[in-house]
Amino acid sequence: MSTAFSAGIRTALAGQAPVLEVEELSVRFTRRGEAGTQAVDGVSFSVAPGETIGLVGESGCGKSVTSLAVMGLLPGRGVQVGGSVRLDGQELVGAGDRTLRKLRGADMAMVFQDPLSSLNPTVTIGVQVTEVLRQHRGMNGKEATEEAADLLDRVGIPDPRRRLGEYPHQLSGGMRQRALIAMSLACSPRLLIADEPTTALDVTIQAQILELLRELVQGSGTALVMITHDLGVVAGLCDRVHVMYAGKIIETAERRDLFARPRHPYTGGLLASVPRLDTPRGTALTPIRGSARDAIPWAQGCAFAPRCDSGQDDCLTEVAGTTVPLEDDGPGRELRCRHPLATAPVAGSPTTSGADR
Amino acid sequence: MTAALGHRREKIDALAARAGQVPADGGGVSLTKSAFRRLRRDPVAIIGAVIVVVFLLVAAFAPLLAPRDPLEQALLSQVRQGSIPGAQDGFPLGVDQLGRDVLSRLIYGSRQSLMIGVISTVLGAVVGMALGVLAGAFGGWADTLVMRFVDILLSIPGLLMAISISVLLGQNQYALMIAIAVTQVPVFARLLRGSMLAQRDSDYALATKALGVKRSRIVFTHVLPNSLSPVIVQGTLSLATAIIEAAALSFLGLGDPDISRPEWGAMLASAQAVLSFRPQLAIYPALCIIVVALGFTLLGESLREALDPKFRR
Repeated sequence: MSTAFSAGIRTALAGQAPVLEVEELSVRFTRRGEAGTQAVDGVSFSVAPGETIGLVGESGCGKSVTSLAVMGLLPGRGVQVGGSVRLDGQELVGAGDRTLRKLRGADMAMVFQDPLSSLNPTVTIGVQVTEVLRQHRGMNGKEATEEAADLLDRVGIPDPRRRLGEYPHQLSGGMRQRALIAMSLACSPRLLIADEPTTALDVTIQAQILELLRELVQGSGTALVMITHDLGVVAGLCDRVHVMYAGKIIETAERRDLFARPRHPYTGGLLASVPRLDTPRGTALTPIRGSARDAIPWAQGCAFAPRCDSGQDDCLTEVAGTTVPLEDDGPGRELRCRHPLATAPVAGSPTTSGADR
Repeated sequence: MTAALGHRREKIDALAARAGQVPADGGGVSLTKSAFRRLRRDPVAIIGAVIVVVFLLVAAFAPLLAPRDPLEQALLSQVRQGSIPGAQDGFPLGVDQLGRDVLSRLIYGSRQSLMIGVISTVLGAVVGMALGVLAGAFGGWADTLVMRFVDILLSIPGLLMAISISVLLGQNQYALMIAIAVTQVPVFARLLRGSMLAQRDSDYALATKALGVKRSRIVFTHVLPNSLSPVIVQGTLSLATAIIEAAALSFLGLGDPDISRPEWGAMLASAQAVLSFRPQLAIYPALCIIVVALGFTLLGESLREALDPKFRR
């Protein structure tokens, strides 16, 4: 109910039908004779054309699995995917291999975390870029090479013709990620998922890559889903942010609202733990207690309760057999918490690694 | 020896230079190039390579190198019961019990041994790799089917299987090659399958899949080339085994029945009769078999080290 409502708001804001609608997506990893692990648990969100959303959370919260489920890249065996994923209205959950293959690379694409291991070390960059063009745009040798050089040029790789003949190990980390972005954008996809695209890069390169993504997406109306644990990336790039914890979205807000008034104690903790330049030297960082492994099943209350500072007794009790619901919390906001933080703004917003303009 | 070594060095240099033709200014060295660089520095690899190259050259130029016709019974008249003429002018290693020049027979014999070794290894590798690709690329029931078949092949001792097959196919050199090839198949199949399974879960395979590339293309352009290096190493090591097996089968009388083609295993077998008073006739071919197998093994082992990223410097 609330999902449909907020999706409505976003659609109205963007004035266009959403590119991607994810509804009640759940992913369960099963093993013979074992209970299985619920990696993603009823996640819903949507992205409008030209919009950038962020999926934020620490390792193991289910953000990468969400993206793989959207792309249909989870292994067939041992995984149960439920709910619905629609790309321009076309249902992807349960779609055939052939259908998905035609959509991947053409209408939806993904940029992965580690640009070195995401490139085949034994094949030249040229072969890997033209591969997409041959597959989806039916281009032949020369035409594809021209277009590939053009693509590399567009993502800011100098001397693209020479680079086409080189192997991945001959490119710098930033250039590799640029090449991967070029491949994923080769067919001007409607949706681009970037799974921590800057984690393996150094800070100056991170800013360049984020700037590149922003330019490419704004120019083409591609919807961008940024998966990250870096709040700096979120601050620099995302329009809306979904914070995930233990497989569920726990807070959704516009970027500025989220940084100005985090409501969920987990979001508050994430923001408080970001290193800042304006604190005196020697001040210790403020971590969130415990680790993601301390999460309890949602069925027993709030998964974050064991680590939460503002938790109370009823956070750990089951209310009428339902988990803590995701409820509307002011305009454009949703929250899954019984004892949210006060609405008083926290001072300032964290330093950004992408330029916040 | 030093000349051969220098020659070999030049050859490897040329190969390394060719591998490095892609401009290497992006930092880092290509895997092939660094593998060659390490091979060149490794004395074991050089010894192995020299042995292999020397034997290959001898086999290739046998008619030019052999001092005599290997079939000519030149000193048959001097062969007596209990005594065979030893080394003398024109016969550096003496003659066998039929008065034929031993050195010439060894030189010609290298052709048979190497040819059988190479052909049966290539045959075994091709069939084994086809099975490995089938299992590694498709997984599921294809994998189960192929791997159980391979397990059955593996459970039969190699020599026993080779003997049965060559008996089954009749006594000729093709039967011998097929018999040895069959014993090589399971090794290559298992190896390639395992290596492909590891590569199939790699990041780049997933990234390629995310770009909507066809599965067949992912397998043949991306997964397979990255899975080959252990197979190349195994190929070199298998050559040694194949040569030994070929000699063993001819020793057992299952080799090439055509006596116009001398063969080390057959020479060894016929030397049995005169072992008590002229053991050299057994020692020479045995040495050849050992040295050539050693050469391939040394080369294979150092190739394994050179291609292993853990040894990369």
